[in-house]
Amino acid sequence: MKETTLTIPSALPRTRRQPSKGWVPPNLRELWEYRELLFFFAWRDIKVRYRQTVLGVLWAIIQPFLTMVIFNLFFGRLANIPSDGVPYPVFSFAALVPWTFFANALTQASNSLVLSGNMLKKIYFPRLALPIATVVAGVVDFALAFIVLLGIMFYYGLVPTANIIWLPFFALLALVTSIGVSLWLSAMNVQFRDVRYTIPFLTQAWLFVTPIAYPSSLLPEPLRIVYGLNPMAGVVEGFRWALLGTDTAPGPMMIVSSVVALILLVSGAFYFRRMEQGFADVV
Amino acid sequence: MSNIAIDVVGLGKKYHIGSAQKSHYRLTDQVADTFMAPFRRAGKLLRGQAASAAELNEIIWALKDVSFQIKPGEVVGIIGRNGVGKSTLLRILAGITDPTEGYADIYGRVGSLLEVGTGFHPELTGRENIYLNGAILGMKKAEIERKLDEIVAFAEIDKFLDTPVKHYSSGMHVRLAFSVAAHLEPEILLVDEVLAVGDMAFQRKCLGKMDDVAQAGRTVVFVSHNMGLLQTLCKRGIFLQRGVVETDGSITEAVDAYLQTLEQVRSQDLSKRTDRKGQGRSRLVSAEVTNNHDGSPAILKTGHPVRFVFQVNTLVPGMACNFDVYDTIGQPVTSFKSKVRGPEDSYDPQNGLKFICELDELLLLPGRYRIDVAITGDSRLQDFIEAATVFEVGDGHLGGRPIQPDGKFSVGMNHRWILPVDN
Repeated sequence: MKETTLTIPSALPRTRRQPSKGWVPPNLRELWEYRELLFFFAWRDIKVRYRQTVLGVLWAIIQPFLTMVIFNLFFGRLANIPSDGVPYPVFSFAALVPWTFFANALTQASNSLVLSGNMLKKIYFPRLALPIATVVAGVVDFALAFIVLLGIMFYYGLVPTANIIWLPFFALLALVTSIGVSLWLSAMNVQFRDVRYTIPFLTQAWLFVTPIAYPSSLLPEPLRIVYGLNPMAGVVEGFRWALLGTDTAPGPMMIVSSVVALILLVSGAFYFRRMEQGFADVV
Repeated sequence: MSNIAIDVVGLGKKYHIGSAQKSHYRLTDQVADTFMAPFRRAGKLLRGQAASAAELNEIIWALKDVSFQIKPGEVVGIIGRNGVGKSTLLRILAGITDPTEGYADIYGRVGSLLEVGTGFHPELTGRENIYLNGAILGMKKAEIERKLDEIVAFAEIDKFLDTPVKHYSSGMHVRLAFSVAAHLEPEILLVDEVLAVGDMAFQRKCLGKMDDVAQAGRTVVFVSHNMGLLQTLCKRGIFLQRGVVETDGSITEAVDAYLQTLEQVRSQDLSKRTDRKGQGRSRLVSAEVTNNHDGSPAILKTGHPVRFVFQVNTLVPGMACNFDVYDTIGQPVTSFKSKVRGPEDSYDPQNGLKFICELDELLLLPGRYRIDVAITGDSRLQDFIEAATVFEVGDGHLGGRPIQPDGKFSVGMNHRWILPVDN
């Protein structure tokens, strides 16, 4: 879907439809032109998400909260896993808030293209808008869960440290990681429906390789850098440091995480662009 | 430059189609195949033989070396049988899919109406869907806001504007969808068969709107099977045959060329035809029109009995056969549906794979007619063939009254006159 728009004097803008050639950069200018569509898709997802449910938007809170209760019971109480000096419930919930955002984004965005198959076949719009909007729609759930997190901290008499000014950076890191992975998975899912079946497994495995139920301080320092290859590890430890003041100040691990997240995003965008031209024929 | 709206040069589109039609002779083969397929596929992928999991082996060219130019303000009809690449052409022009070779230059903003109501969300209200659908079609929020009243008025849904569209009737749904699309103001409008829906009054309104679009100097490319509609709307016609431009001229020339080929296909064996739609688990293998019970093909006459016999290759649950009759200029005349039952319908186990439709009295006037046949089953369309057969009706009698040949009308009726005294 190579599109070149040239301004020819005294003529309308020209769009050329021609065979696409290999790896080309994503058309960000066009995505920007359709930014309202991105907003509308996200808004639709938010409006529709909890229609016809009894508990409605409460689900955004129940999901991470119940996970925290279970973790607290098995890992905190039974297994006595250390929690970097903060009460275990706060320790795990601070990680579950960004994690739930990531896991839901992954699950929903990977299906976003396939679910809109009919639209892909019949209407032209920048395809990137669909998975990105789905991820962005999750921000509302994230915000609600975050308020609950502040409530739990208050309950335990914990006050956010001054590090909190870094929190937006970690939230952005979570967003970049989510979009990057979603671009890969959603584009792959169009061609290989196998993706749908691997997602529950993938999120579960990813949950355990991320320091959510346990602290990354269990690992010796040199290994922690390797741990940073999982960008969600950086996000989670960043959240804990910014909010709870745990001893996980951003260091080499955070740099590794940020670089990996950016690589995921850029490579995802290129891969998406490469697959995009075949969506309408395959979906 | 400025007197061209669309410039298509050597456009071609290649599709890979899988060997889905490969028949399984034994259940054991089928089971074995199902289990072996992932390994075979994975093996091929590893050797880099296929680009995707959707196993590819056969190649067809939906479009091949298609070139034409369209001037601003022209209204052009694209005509052709099923599967000749009409929709593919529109999809390439709309930017939905890429061509395999050649290119198409488009000057100005493109609006495409390839299907009414795509992108509507049932849980959202009419108002919300107007915004969403407008944005999907490429309108800006401010533009939608400005036109909101107009869109609502045109769709005649003002009372239900804040009701979720899942509670809409299908008519309201279609009206709203068309209305949003019709208020998009592109320089070039691509339309595919959307007018086949909605009630007559609304269809007329849509036609009026399309006419306005053309009058305003915008370019319209229109794909339809309705020859009458094409002839009213378009001045120019492009007739596609097997992915190639066969005729490019006035709409009358193009329609004539199309109707001629429809008649030619009669001689072709049905099972060899590929211009079909539907799932394909059951296929029509023969369609015959005879005038008597022994099945010998003879001259059909107005007012005489007729048998339509359709044979399929296999039965699937809940099968039904529908056929539509069209006259020589492509106007629909009448249709028959086996799903809608009458008291005289019956089942005959000796029929085998045949659907037989009997008429005591043929009410068609002398002339040539073609039949489009649709086979449904398992709640899906299984097969659809345009011009499955063509038949000729000769002079006859209707209720004892001689029927005169007349090129103009196609249906006669039994009737009697009550006259004043013959003086």
